[in-house]
Amino acid sequence: MIKAVNVNKYFYIPEELHALRDVSLEIAAGEVVVVIGPSGSGKSTFLRCLNRLEYADAGHIYMEEKDILDPKCDINKIRAEVGMVFQSFNLFPHMTVLENVVMAQMTVRKRSRKDAEARGMELLGKVGIAEKHGVYPDQLSGGQQQRVAIARSLAMDPKVMLFDEPTSALDPEMVGEVLDVMQNLAREGMTMVVVTHEMGFAREVADRVVFMDAGQVLEVGTPEHFFTSPQHERTKLFLSQIL
Amino acid sequence: MSRYVGLDRPKGPGYFLFWKTVFVVLLLGFMSFVYVASSAVEYVWRWERVPQYFWLQEDVDVRAEVEGELASIRRDADSTVLTITTQGHEQVRRLPAGAEVHLSEGDYVYQGDSIASYHQSKPGVLLDGLWITLKVSLIAIVFGIVLGVATGLCRISVNPALRWAAITYIELIRGSPLLVQIFLWYFVAGTLINGILQGMGLGAMPPLWYGVLALAIFTGAYVAEIVRAGIQSVHRGQMEAARSLGLGYGQAMRKIILPQAFRRILPPLAGQFISLIKDSSLLGVIAVRELTKATREVVSSSLQPFELWILCAVLYLVLTFALSVLIQQLERRALR
Ligand SMILES: Nc1ncnc2c1ncn2[C@@H]1O[C@H](COP(=O)(O)OP(=O)(O)OP(=O)(O)O)[C@@H](O)[C@H]1O
Ligand SMILES: [Mg+2]
Repeated sequence: MIKAVNVNKYFYIPEELHALRDVSLEIAAGEVVVVIGPSGSGKSTFLRCLNRLEYADAGHIYMEEKDILDPKCDINKIRAEVGMVFQSFNLFPHMTVLENVVMAQMTVRKRSRKDAEARGMELLGKVGIAEKHGVYPDQLSGGQQQRVAIARSLAMDPKVMLFDEPTSALDPEMVGEVLDVMQNLAREGMTMVVVTHEMGFAREVADRVVFMDAGQVLEVGTPEHFFTSPQHERTKLFLSQIL
Repeated sequence: MSRYVGLDRPKGPGYFLFWKTVFVVLLLGFMSFVYVASSAVEYVWRWERVPQYFWLQEDVDVRAEVEGELASIRRDADSTVLTITTQGHEQVRRLPAGAEVHLSEGDYVYQGDSIASYHQSKPGVLLDGLWITLKVSLIAIVFGIVLGVATGLCRISVNPALRWAAITYIELIRGSPLLVQIFLWYFVAGTLINGILQGMGLGAMPPLWYGVLALAIFTGAYVAEIVRAGIQSVHRGQMEAARSLGLGYGQAMRKIILPQAFRRILPPLAGQFISLIKDSSLLGVIAVRELTKATREVVSSSLQPFELWILCAVLYLVLTFALSVLIQQLERRALR
């Protein structure tokens, strides 16, 4: 499904920084991969490279065999297949909840308004927020906004969902409702890459856990492996701090 | 009302009554000062003469310009046509349909004889000027918006040709006085363009269009900066969210970024367009008879500068006020 081979990414502003060092990772269809690691380790950068919000400087990234770093690749088409959920929701504030979910279906997928609204309402129902379809995002709580954002991505019928710390901006009592939605999604067989600090989610839902530090993938393994017998000193240290 | 209400001790009712009275007294004082001062220079106010510059109502007495025979009177739907023959030579006078002709066909007239009269009712000089000002401003605003949005988008483009072109345009236009630009458009560009048009067998472009051009291009540069700031004020996460759904750059701009930017830039845009309406008063220098030039002409023939200049200012105020109310309305609606 996704294959990253020796991905390198540099930032030059404000100073030169080797943000990703030879990151390689293969993700199979239907797999849920949770990426953990200390702040600044390059988790977001790696995730953003997967749908080219950041352009990797070296290496290869394949989405279903298509090399997304190839200049001839139509990135808009790829992105429509790859849903992304942000830490800060990024809902469109000038549109109602339903409009948020409908807009891209019509412009990108060329669906009729009727079909798009039907699909939109179906997904809003799935994330448990259908009754709020007519309100604007700023009238929703953080947890509700994030669920709308998930529905907005799902409306494109993506093959992969990327989550970048989807619960980090939420009040503690709202974390659960978002994680539930994600867990259901995983159960339905969605391929997911999730950056999160929610170790409970990693333990229960992940098929594999990836530990990143200083731009490198240090350790990859099953949740049992991670939470019972981590190999690297850095991993042990990180887990001891966070658990 | 005020922003910082509640930080100090609440004001009693006497406070407001007192200061409102002070305001009214100051206002009345100012007005009586103007009146007294104008009496001191023996200025005679004649407001009753002003309406005619707005709407002209007059009885026109038509007099013969040549001596000869009134050969024919023809009336049709929108005019009355008189033909006077003088030694085999015909003179045709075209009058409005309702004109009352005092003579009949075959009568002989001498130069200066009254041959007909009619009542005329048409917009006066000031109303004409107001209309020109309004027309010039509206066209310039429309072009200014189009130009400004396009330039604003070029200004943030990664393409150096587009970006540098936008910067050059903005800096050039903002760096010189509008009056000089109007002269440049009319006397320099105008000479070249009219030369080319004449070479192609077309007529010269009227000064009004050079005026519109100068105003639109001037405003476009300022609008471009307002638009750029507006776009940049939209959080970049919005663009990322839109693009990660598969929208192209143009689609994301149109559907996500510009609508949000638009709301924020309405107040500065309103200010820019109000400036434009006022700046259109400079177009008098290239013989566009807008409100200020019209007023100047009327002043020099009527010798009533006080009334007319006050009126002129009030008319501008009406235009600018209407515009700002309109934009406030838009803003309220765009708030969602
Ligand atoms: N656009 C950028 N320009 C410059 N440096 C950046 C940029 N984005 C990220 N970085 C830097 O790259 C490094 C990795 O950042 P990244 O956001 O991927 O970390 P992260 O693992 O997601 O951390 P966190 O848990 O805090 O989100 C950091 O040192 C960060 O400062
Ligand atoms: Mg991050």
